Amino acid sequence: MSSVLTIAAYGLREALRRKVFAVVLLLTAGFLALFWLANHFLFENIANISPPVGSGIDARAFAGATIFGLAMFGTLFLGVVLAIFLTLGVVRGDTERGLLQPLIVRPVGRVTLLFARWLGAVAVCAPYVGAVYLGTMLITGLTGHWWPDHVIIPGVELAAGVAVVAALSLLGSVFLTSTANGIAVFMLFGAGLVAGLVGTIGHTLSSHQLERGAKIAAWLLPFEALYQDGLRELTSETTGLTGFLLDLGPFGGGYTGGTTLRLWAVAYLLIVGALAAIGFTRRDL
Amino acid sequence: MSALVVRGLAKRYGAVEALAGVDLEVRTGELVGLLGPNGAGKSTLVKIACGLVRASRGSAEICGHRAGSHEARRSMGYLAELFRFPGWYSADEVLGLHQKLTGSEGGERERHDLLELVGLADARTRRVEEMSKGMQQRLGVAQALVGSPPLLLLDEPTSALDPVGRRTVRVLLEELRGRGVSVLLNSHLLSEIELVCDRVAILLRGRLVAEGSPAELARSRGVEIETDDGTRLFEGASREDAPRLVAELVAAGRKVYGVRVLTSTLEETYLEAVGGETS
Repeated sequence: MSSVLTIAAYGLREALRRKVFAVVLLLTAGFLALFWLANHFLFENIANISPPVGSGIDARAFAGATIFGLAMFGTLFLGVVLAIFLTLGVVRGDTERGLLQPLIVRPVGRVTLLFARWLGAVAVCAPYVGAVYLGTMLITGLTGHWWPDHVIIPGVELAAGVAVVAALSLLGSVFLTSTANGIAVFMLFGAGLVAGLVGTIGHTLSSHQLERGAKIAAWLLPFEALYQDGLRELTSETTGLTGFLLDLGPFGGGYTGGTTLRLWAVAYLLIVGALAAIGFTRRDL
Repeated sequence: MSALVVRGLAKRYGAVEALAGVDLEVRTGELVGLLGPNGAGKSTLVKIACGLVRASRGSAEICGHRAGSHEARRSMGYLAELFRFPGWYSADEVLGLHQKLTGSEGGERERHDLLELVGLADARTRRVEEMSKGMQQRLGVAQALVGSPPLLLLDEPTSALDPVGRRTVRVLLEELRGRGVSVLLNSHLLSEIELVCDRVAILLRGRLVAEGSPAELARSRGVEIETDDGTRLFEGASREDAPRLVAELVAAGRKVYGVRVLTSTLEETYLEAVGGETS
C-alpha cells in the first residue's frame, strides 16, 4: 500500500508541475468567465421570452438546464484534456524518456505502478472536475435562480467519466507512443460525443436504429454514457413539455443509465485495468 | 551463494537474436566487467537480470531468486544506460523516493552518506534539472545503492563522466568490492574495466566469446631481455620461460640487466575476440 501511495504522490507531483496543469487552469478561468457572461445575458433576457400560453413550458428551467448542460460538456472536455495529458506517456513515453526504468526495477509490481499512476491522475482530475462542476452550478444558480434536480450524482458521474478516460489513456500508453496515444484517446472521446449526438438526433426523429447504435457506442465508451446519464439526472424530475423539449436538445440527456450503467462503468474500469496490466506485464522495457 | 547466475540465457526480438544462450556468474563480492561491441547483447542481459526484459529461454537468478521477482529486485540496484530523474526533484528527494520504494529505513543518514560517496554532498538540495549530466549520472549511481543491495548492475555508469568523475566511480566501485558488494559493470571503457574488474566477460552477437580475469585473458607476447649486447625479444616465450632464457644467456657469457614479460592488453584481447566488429 505504501508503494501505491508513493507512486501516486509521485504522479500527483508530476501532474502539478507540468505546464498542462497551468494551461488547463488558465482555460478554466477563461471558461468560467465566459460562462458567467453567458448566464448573465441569458437570464437578463429571460423575462422577454414568453412561451405560448398554456404550453406549460418553464422558460427559466429550460434555459438553466440547457446552459448548465453546456457547462457539463465543457467540464467534461477540460477534465478529459487533463486526464489524457497526465497519463498519455506513463509507460512507453516514460520508458523512452528514461523516467520509468529507475522506478520499475524497484520492488514495486508493474500492476501496482499502473494502478498508482491512475490513482494519481484521478486524484488530480476528479477534484478538478468536481470544482468546475460546482463552480458552474453556482454561477447558473446564483445568476438565473435555477438549480438542478440532482446536485451530487451528475458531478460524480462526470468525474467517473474522466476516470474512465484516464484508464483508457493508461491502457493506450502501454502500447502507443505518447503522441499516438494522445491522438487515439482524443479520437475515442470524439467518437463518444458523436455517438451521443447521433443518439439525440435519433431520439428527436424517433429512429430506433440510430438510438440503438448510439446507445451501444455510448456503453462501449461509458464515459459518454455516464455524461449522458449525468445530463439526465440534472432534469430527471422536470416533467411536462419542458422535460420533453430538454430531452430533445443536445444537452438534455435522453439516456437512462442508472445503477446498471454505474456498475458497468466499474466493470469497464476493471476490464481496462486488467488489459493494461496484462499488456504492461508482458512488455519488454 | 552467487549474486547473479545466468544459465543458457537467450532473447529474441523478432528476427534478431540478441542473446543466444549465455552462461555467466557473478560471485559474492566480485566485480565483473561486461564487454562487447554495440548490439552484442550486453544491455539485454542486464535488463533481463533486472526484470525489465523477459528472456526467451534460459534463466537468470539474483541471490537465489528468479530475476524480476520481488525478492530479486530487493537484492539489486540498477543504473540504466539511459535514465532520467524528474527535473524538479532535488538530489535528496530522488534518494528519498527510492528509499520509500525499496523500503529502506536508512533515512537521512543513508541519503547523506550516499551523496557523499558519489561526491554530491554539496548538491543535496540542488534540483536535478540544475545538475550537469555527470552529476546526474553520479546521482544515478547513488540511487542504485539505496537500501545497500548486495548486487549492483551498472549499465555504462561512466559514459557521461569526465576523467575526475570516472575516477570517483572507480574508487567507489573498489570500496564497494571491499564491502562485499557484487557488481556487474557494462562498459565500453576497456581501461576502466581492466583497472577495477576481477573478471571480464566478452559478448559477441549474443554469445560469450571470452571470459576470465584480465590476467588470464592477457595473452603472452614474448619475453624481452636487456643484455650488454642490447635488448633481445624472444617471441612466443612466456613468463615460465624467462628463468631458462636468462640462464642460457648468462651461460653464453652475456650480462643480463633486465627482463620484461610482454602480454597483450585487454584492448588487444578484446579486439582479437570481437574480430574488429563494432556494431
